[in-house]
Amino acid sequence: MISYRIVKTFQRLGHKKTPPFRLETERRIESGVFLGISGPSGCGKSTLLRCLAGLEHPDDGFIVDGKNTWYDSTSELFLPPQKRGVGFVFQDYALFPHLTVLGNVAYATGNRSKAKELLELTRLSEHAAHFPGELSGGQRQRTALARALARNPDLLLLDEPLSALDEALRLELGNEIRRIQRETGITAVMVSHSATELARLCDQTIMLDGGFAKAKTHSLVSRPVSPVPYPPKPSSSSRKSAEQAISTSAL
Amino acid sequence: MINWVPFTVSLSLAIWTTVILVVVCFPLAWVFARSKCRWIPFVESFLSLPLVLPPTVLGFYLLISLSPFSPVGAFLKSTFGLTLVFSFPGIVAASCVSALPFMLGALRTGISSVPENLLEASWTLGKSKLETILRIVLPNMKTALLTGIITTFAHTLGEFGVVLMIGGSIPGATKTVSIAIFERVEAQDLSSAHAYAIALVVISYAGTYALNRLQRAGNRRNG
Repeated sequence: MISYRIVKTFQRLGHKKTPPFRLETERRIESGVFLGISGPSGCGKSTLLRCLAGLEHPDDGFIVDGKNTWYDSTSELFLPPQKRGVGFVFQDYALFPHLTVLGNVAYATGNRSKAKELLELTRLSEHAAHFPGELSGGQRQRTALARALARNPDLLLLDEPLSALDEALRLELGNEIRRIQRETGITAVMVSHSATELARLCDQTIMLDGGFAKAKTHSLVSRPVSPVPYPPKPSSSSRKSAEQAISTSAL
Repeated sequence: MINWVPFTVSLSLAIWTTVILVVVCFPLAWVFARSKCRWIPFVESFLSLPLVLPPTVLGFYLLISLSPFSPVGAFLKSTFGLTLVFSFPGIVAASCVSALPFMLGALRTGISSVPENLLEASWTLGKSKLETILRIVLPNMKTALLTGIITTFAHTLGEFGVVLMIGGSIPGATKTVSIAIFERVEAQDLSSAHAYAIALVVISYAGTYALNRLQRAGNRRNG
């Protein structure tokens, strides 16, 4: 189970002359749940994922994975990405161009047989010796997914993984992501512009919205996969009271 | 009969300069490529001065600043017993200053060409920053690294003004091929001057040819 409360003020890309944008969001994600986050461009979807991964430092809040705290502003604890159990699928996949498909996955595992198993899971075995430049968009996406799963992460983060694909491939690979998430039972968070796509794939869906001034979360869909769905916002900004509010509240 | 000692001095000088500059310039290039500090353009422009300054001007100021009577020279002499002027270590130091923009520019371009998200992907896969540099950054900037090595090596091999100002012409210590050619011409020994010059032309051509091939290979890889 992952609990977080993230507050971050940032300047949106391409909007240097507008006032800084404030992202303020919190949630508890039960184990094995596939959470979808939608919202308009620049509302902080990717920033939220990057904060969860440890690639960006929130201004305030906490991130707790079960008994492990990844970030806590009150105690100034901030674990770097290397020490968090996170797998990250980047929007443009960020595959290492000098390594083959097998090399990309084995880089993460350090174990080629485990890497081969992941290639089987993602149906990439026949492309193991290909370099990223030789792959189609869908194959790259599956390679990125296999690589992100290689360390057996507690949390899989997917930053618009389908945005670069055509409609037919989006449908096919969206289903593929869903199948792999179910087979591995991993807790996952996927960000997308398309709320309908997330509603189709995810157990729970929320929307980050706030008129480009302040993002807050709204629950859109919640299937009965998770025993405890989205909790309301805690009254206090402190971590302790927020955690307490999350653990005691249930809709 | 040609004296080959100036070749060994030139080759040693080029090898030392290249190795030192790779080590020194990589962290500098990293900061210049990745940092958003507003002072960086000023520092970068200052370090690029050797590209535009006449070698004699650079050599003159290096001679002044490294002489045993300067604060730097006095410190080196009293602390390490090292006198840089008119010595091989002195021409290595001078060549490092003179060739620094070549290595720095190539490494900076190479580091900038590696997308930030490759580094981030490596970190999320549990790899340290050092391992990420060794296994992701360096292989993906191989062409730029080799370009820096070849241009620095070739530039140092042909170094004349700065080396002459700092090192003079001490056989076996500071007398490089370029200086030997100059002296042979002054002594009207044109056949020896030809031999030295042709050898330098061949080495320099091999360097530029290799550079060209590398850049073409890099362009093909990048589509």
